[in-house]
Amino acid sequence: MLQLEGLGKNFGGLPALDKVSFTLPQGRVTALIGPNGAGKSTLINCLTGILTPDQGSINFQGQNIVAWPAHAIAKLGIQRTFQNLRLFPRLSVLDNVLTGLICASRQSIFMAMLRLPSLRHEERNLKLRALEALDLFGLTDKAQWPAAILAYGDKKRVELARAIVSKPALLLLDEPVAGLNAQETRAVSEELQNLRRMGHTILVVEHDMDLVMTVADQVVVLDSGSLIAAGTPEQVQHNPLVLEAYLGRMEATA
Amino acid sequence: MTRQQKLFYFLSLHRTGLLVLCVSIGLLLFPLVENNPYTLGLTNLVAINALVVLGLNLFIGYAGQISLGHAAFFGLGAYGSAIATTTFHCSPWLAMILVAVCVALLALLIGIPLLRLSGHYLAMATLGLNYVVHNILLQWDEVTGGPSGFAGIPALTLGNFSLDTPIRRHYLLWCFVIITMLFCLNLVRSSAGRSLAALAGDELAAASLGVNIQVSKVKIFVLSAILASLAGSLFAHTFGYISPDTFNIFASVQFSIMVVIGGMGSIWGSLFGAGFLTLLPQWMDVFDTYKDFIHGGILVLVLMFLPQGLISGLTDKLRIYLALRRRNAAT
Repeated sequence: MLQLEGLGKNFGGLPALDKVSFTLPQGRVTALIGPNGAGKSTLINCLTGILTPDQGSINFQGQNIVAWPAHAIAKLGIQRTFQNLRLFPRLSVLDNVLTGLICASRQSIFMAMLRLPSLRHEERNLKLRALEALDLFGLTDKAQWPAAILAYGDKKRVELARAIVSKPALLLLDEPVAGLNAQETRAVSEELQNLRRMGHTILVVEHDMDLVMTVADQVVVLDSGSLIAAGTPEQVQHNPLVLEAYLGRMEATA
Repeated sequence: MTRQQKLFYFLSLHRTGLLVLCVSIGLLLFPLVENNPYTLGLTNLVAINALVVLGLNLFIGYAGQISLGHAAFFGLGAYGSAIATTTFHCSPWLAMILVAVCVALLALLIGIPLLRLSGHYLAMATLGLNYVVHNILLQWDEVTGGPSGFAGIPALTLGNFSLDTPIRRHYLLWCFVIITMLFCLNLVRSSAGRSLAALAGDELAAASLGVNIQVSKVKIFVLSAILASLAGSLFAHTFGYISPDTFNIFASVQFSIMVVIGGMGSIWGSLFGAGFLTLLPQWMDVFDTYKDFIHGGILVLVLMFLPQGLISGLTDKLRIYLALRRRNAAT
């Protein structure tokens, strides 16, 4: 589905990503973990075309998408959520989710101005799909609320709904439970497992280890821009390099 | 559902269409109530300004950009029509379309490099564009008539029916406004409109959702330039006389203030903004004398306290207040 080959990105000479290579298998959940500053968000930004990598290739469904603009990558069916929410506060919850279907619509500005019957038909379909996505996250009765007044947990859900509404080929989630309480985290964890059952291919960046252990099929670990481990959650959990990256060197206690 | 609920549902479902219908009927009957040519001249000016402001509001409010140069396109439309019909004896309708096409091409050509800028830089660049166009209109007197202006522009005709009285022009101009408004309302309630709203809200998020930011900005810039050009042509044919100072940078600033008063992204607000600022100096002489101070003051105050613009800022606040009250009542 997606292969990274020797991906590198420097910020002013400092390597944020250093020859990172791994593969995302179709229909699986891959968790990307690592301490703060390990380059996780940089990696997601490279994948979505917000940053351009300095070296390496990103192969998505047989195409090298390195240096593609963000909107072209989105059109291939790669959708994402953001670490710090990026909703449109003035739009309603429903309209926010509908923005996730921008790629699914073929309207041009001039067609939209004339509002031809074909367009009305398409609008109705888009709206039904958006309502379906809202239903999945239990947000149906808040559809007409302005997004600005939602509680933080609900905002995270709306962003998730916006990302999945187009049924993307690949879903990139940047810390979906950051800032949520234990109960909300459990709910999101269930929703992610739900999405996996529906066959989504997901890359999730997360600090919450319980969540990673429950939802991930595969874990890759970054530290200071380099890939230090990859494998099943159990393998990674007991990998000394990973423990070292998170907890510091063990020599003192050994 | 009871009959009352059904009625409310019908009203809320078709609120936009019904509102347009009410406004259209009001405008249809307006000349019966008020047939003073002076007043109609003013409301006709409101209509022309509203056309420019509707386009500019798509650009400022929906695409999230800034332009202090739309009077340039307005002026090019007016002078283009004037020269084509008077000097080259072209038919006014054909001239209007040809000029709009030329202005669209010009906007495309300028827009591609210009819209790589944003914020203050874009404001300065559009201001510069306006300055250049104003100077050309002022200095190239063999073609434009220079500072003394351009007179003798023919009125528009429909067949043998000349649109040469204020009442006839009233119907023509407001037809343009209502049709443009319908186009704009359709646009903002569509997927294409949502991608513009996304662009105005957050460029990075919009790009990640698949909006081609650069192309969208240029498209809306061209669209707003076309509307300004059409408004300019109508202005020339309505008043029969134009002079460069109608199209200087202060006119551009005034258009932007109309958008700000109406509110970012508010189609109805655009209409209000154009009406309010056009009529204000007529109600109070003080406003005419100290126009620039007062416009500046309004701009600063609105942007300080309601950055979304006066009307849409207030309606946003009201919407949030109502939604919060409903939420608190539900829990």
